[in-house]
Amino acid sequence: MTPAAIPVLPRGVRLHRDKVRRAEVLLGPETALMLDQIGAVILNEVDGKRSVGEIAGDLAARFGAPADEVGADVVEFLKGLADKRLVDVTHG
Amino acid sequence: MAEPRVDPPIAMLAELTHRCPLACPYCSNPLELAAKETELSTGTWARVFREAAELGVLQLHLSGGEPASRRDLEDLVRHARDAGLYTNLITSGIGLTRARLEALVAAGLDHIQLSVQGVRADISDRIGGYRGGFDRKMELASHIADLGIPLTLNAVMHRHNLDDLPATLDLALTLGARRIEVACVQFQGWALRNRAALQPSRDQVDTAKRIVAEARDRHQGRMVIDFVPPDYYADFPKACMGGWGSTGLNVAPDGTALPCHAAQTIPGLAFQNVATSALVDIWYKGPAFMAFRGTDWMPELCQTCDRRDIDFGGCRCQAMAVLGDPTATDPVCRKSPGRATLDALLAAEGEGGAAPDFIYRRPKPPVPA
Ligand code: SF4
Ligand code: SF4
Repeated sequence: MTPAAIPVLPRGVRLHRDKVRRAEVLLGPETALMLDQIGAVILNEVDGKRSVGEIAGDLAARFGAPADEVGADVVEFLKGLADKRLVDVTHG
Repeated sequence: MAEPRVDPPIAMLAELTHRCPLACPYCSNPLELAAKETELSTGTWARVFREAAELGVLQLHLSGGEPASRRDLEDLVRHARDAGLYTNLITSGIGLTRARLEALVAAGLDHIQLSVQGVRADISDRIGGYRGGFDRKMELASHIADLGIPLTLNAVMHRHNLDDLPATLDLALTLGARRIEVACVQFQGWALRNRAALQPSRDQVDTAKRIVAEARDRHQGRMVIDFVPPDYYADFPKACMGGWGSTGLNVAPDGTALPCHAAQTIPGLAFQNVATSALVDIWYKGPAFMAFRGTDWMPELCQTCDRRDIDFGGCRCQAMAVLGDPTATDPVCRKSPGRATLDALLAAEGEGGAAPDFIYRRPKPPVPA
């Protein structure tokens, strides 16, 4: 996954606020993935418009963290989901 | 001893009906099929869906029988989505049309799991016991793709179709499935009745495992392959239902709440009905759900085993089916004294000679007056 890749949640995959467990969950086919804070923050940025690089840049600025570190985390997280078809990527 | 902490369930399988146009001998439904008159109403299901969501259920599987046999399926999907549940339809495809698919999408359906009995009309229709079924499934699959509905292909595999595994994977790709479930038959309900006819050979199983491993690499990022190996050939049992009463529940067409599909085969369990008991009470306090929850019920062998919290002693219904004792260690386990019984069954059925004829899944004929 390159920084130019544009991630999107495919149809049938969505974020859900779980009131019982007080957590954000990624719901998909046979999947209910409880997200930690970082995962939830990243996925809330995924809008099908901005690239991985742009999302990482925004998050780095927001949290005052080094851009390359954030970038690596974002790529690793989204790549793992893409392998499971929970995130699709297009190349803008 | 401290009570085990009980988490809310993640998934609920709603068996909307036992009616089904197909008659698969591998069906996991009970031999005693529920009659249409006993099925829960639309309104009761809607209430149960809301109770499920409040309890913490995230995923709802609408299943059967064939859920499309219910004319109110579209309404049920809408109620499920209104309750906030991720809504998955498990269907043979028979009874659905393009118009019904469109209505299901409008109602908010999230995902479809379409079963295939084989990759060609001859074998598919023979196993489903329904002529013309394969062609109708393929037509429906093209509508599913056309409407962009996320699709998982579900292939229950056994002696008669395991050799078609590569073609089955190809079929899933052709149909645009994001996932395929290659589920080797689990011997419950009608499948248990047909065990000798369905049991694959060890060679078939080993080959299937190789093919799956290779295909997973090749299709990574394109199609997810879930593989359920046949557990008779395994060394350790599956963690059935992720542990009894710990992650999910089933509701039968008449509203009986079950810790798993085949729980009714276990004598002495007292089941409650969602029509008359609150789901929250059934889950946290119901005697059937408490019966094998945690580790207190386990035989010494499992209590002291390092896999205790991995497989939870395996499947209670399988211990019942093979050993006649629901509190025994699952006979699949190599450490179980019951393993010899299972091996004898395998020697007689898996590698044995010609498979017996299928006993098709059909409702009991009405008793003549
Ligand atoms: S396994 Fe076959 S017979 Fe059983 S419910 Fe599914 S389609 Fe119907
Ligand atoms: S002894 Fe019991 S807990 Fe240990 S592996 Fe066998 S079934 Fe699982």
